[in-house]
Amino acid sequence: MAALLFLAQTLRIAIPYLFAAAGGVVCERAGLIGLTLEGYMLGGAFAAAVGSYYGHSAWIGVVAGVGGGAALALLYGVTAIRFRADQVVIGIAINLLAIGLTRFFLRLAFGSSSNSPRVLGFGGEQSRNAFVALVSNPLIWLGLLAIPAVAWLLYRTPFGLRVRAVGEHPAAAVSVGVPVTRVRYGAVALSGILAGLGGVYLALDQHQFTDQMTAGRGFIALAATIFGRWDPLRVGIACMLFAAAETLQIQLQGAQLVPSQFVEMIPYVLTIIALAGVVGRAVPPAALGKVSSD
Amino acid sequence: MTTTSPEISRQTTTSEAAAAPRSASRNTLEEALLPSLVALLVAAIIGDVLILIFGQSPAAVFRLLLEGTWGNSYGFGQVLYKATTLTFTGLSIAFALRAGLFNIGAESQLAAGGFVAATLGLLLPPGLPWIVTLPVFVAAAALGGGIVGGAAGQLKARFGAHEVITTIMLNFIVLALLSYLTATYLKVPETLHTEELKSGALPRLSDYVGSFHGSAANIVLVLAVLACVLAWWYLFRTRRGFELRAVGLQPEAAEHGGVRPGVVWTRAMTISGAIAGLGGLNFVLGYKHYYEEGFAGGAGFLGIAVALVGGTHPLGVMIAALLFATISQGGLAVNAMVPKQFVEVLQAVVIIAVAVSVPEVRRLLRIQRRG
Repeated sequence: MAALLFLAQTLRIAIPYLFAAAGGVVCERAGLIGLTLEGYMLGGAFAAAVGSYYGHSAWIGVVAGVGGGAALALLYGVTAIRFRADQVVIGIAINLLAIGLTRFFLRLAFGSSSNSPRVLGFGGEQSRNAFVALVSNPLIWLGLLAIPAVAWLLYRTPFGLRVRAVGEHPAAAVSVGVPVTRVRYGAVALSGILAGLGGVYLALDQHQFTDQMTAGRGFIALAATIFGRWDPLRVGIACMLFAAAETLQIQLQGAQLVPSQFVEMIPYVLTIIALAGVVGRAVPPAALGKVSSD
Repeated sequence: MTTTSPEISRQTTTSEAAAAPRSASRNTLEEALLPSLVALLVAAIIGDVLILIFGQSPAAVFRLLLEGTWGNSYGFGQVLYKATTLTFTGLSIAFALRAGLFNIGAESQLAAGGFVAATLGLLLPPGLPWIVTLPVFVAAAALGGGIVGGAAGQLKARFGAHEVITTIMLNFIVLALLSYLTATYLKVPETLHTEELKSGALPRLSDYVGSFHGSAANIVLVLAVLACVLAWWYLFRTRRGFELRAVGLQPEAAEHGGVRPGVVWTRAMTISGAIAGLGGLNFVLGYKHYYEEGFAGGAGFLGIAVALVGGTHPLGVMIAALLFATISQGGLAVNAMVPKQFVEVLQAVVIIAVAVSVPEVRRLLRIQRRG
């Protein structure tokens, strides 16, 4: 029973990471830095709350949330691809923009500076049983599918082959007729949709939007992307690992074995270790962040 | 497009060379100033739209924003206070950018600087005059930020770990560590801050000019200006500064010229972190006289905007810091009419607009120069 509870809680924590990290893999493999995941998630979460509240349906919330993530992704795409602006600068700015816009429209839509009213989610409300709530939430299943779907897309479809080509060697991709710009836009849009869904899950799971509710989860997803060396399967494992560490910390809170702050550090420390190459170096896609130079 | 670009760039170089003697400085000035002006224009338009969405008059809101900041000495004092921290973080990021490094870690370097300074302040005996303790505090804050920045520099120099990712990760690691240390050893119960320092508190500007009364502006402002002057001197008047800029422009070429990029990266990130760390003095010694969790409050990220709008030049950084401090403080001034969060949107819009218009303006100017 304890093991099942542990697994269920790990899963709940991991779902947003899985969504956002799947998005992170897609855009970074196409050569665009995934600093914006946090912003997509926040935008997705807010739009989901607005959609679910005013549309009186959790599914309208999902659609709105996907739209919110995709809209920010489009902004990233236009500025980084069309105008070749620096991806790091744009990435940071889009995250700040997402915080500012959600706060501004929180005041406008709900007249509050901290949270939205209660919105509809999937099930959960009537069922006291945590497992029933878990399996009856379609977003859990979508989240579990996100990583395998991205793996299939990258390694088994023509679009995926093009994404990888564009991220490794855009000039070579051009020479064999790959529409580099279109592939990049596609990858960015997909990453916005996926990370947006991560935000949707958060908002609908908690039945409300709260200011800055993503709380750095987009960066944990980015950490998982890097720690998993941009390979979907490994990235998925990294997400589960980070989520399991968090769960362990929550369940052992009474025991005070390790201060929570040290558990919080785990994903970031592991990422730095992976980048520094202490155990098998993590090598990013060759053209990552270099749209402006081709 | 891609196939023709080498040709275009070759043409550009020749025509630039021909035009160079006459108008080189004018062109550089245009390249430096135009993007910022475009960005402000775009931000003003988007600001208008947001204000209209909220059903207010843009003219009235912007007038109130100006009156609440530059229109009275309290507001102006608050602008100066905010500009002080932003000058440090902006200068920190601009300094690293000159070495070709993107320091996203100013947020945690700022916090670390403030933390080390505050810890020192708790240890010092009470009653020492500030003029005696200030140099020690400067060293402490620089040490705190410098260690964090230097770590990222080392990770890049030794292992080739990209500084953007490592500084972001270090932000989370360092802030969690400081949170642990504060919560476990230093915190006043039921708060997020340490006890008040026994010595080291700095005079406020209102001690000299009465009309600043109530505002937090303090003499760390002088340190900020001094830091800009020193950074300018280092970057443009010393051999090490020349090496730093050479590595920033083209690390391989600099290496052929006998400069070791790894050494320069570590040095640049250490200094950059130290500059950001000094910003912590503004809050810890000048304002609250204790360390409080989260006091950095995003100033490290806003420093990116300050560095870019300021054209990564120390003088530009000071002006841009004033601008962003005005926007921040202005948000509070207009909060009764529109949610203050609208200035957060404006700040993000300014960053995006500058990032887009820097390459775009350069491209358009080149087309124009070619005739």
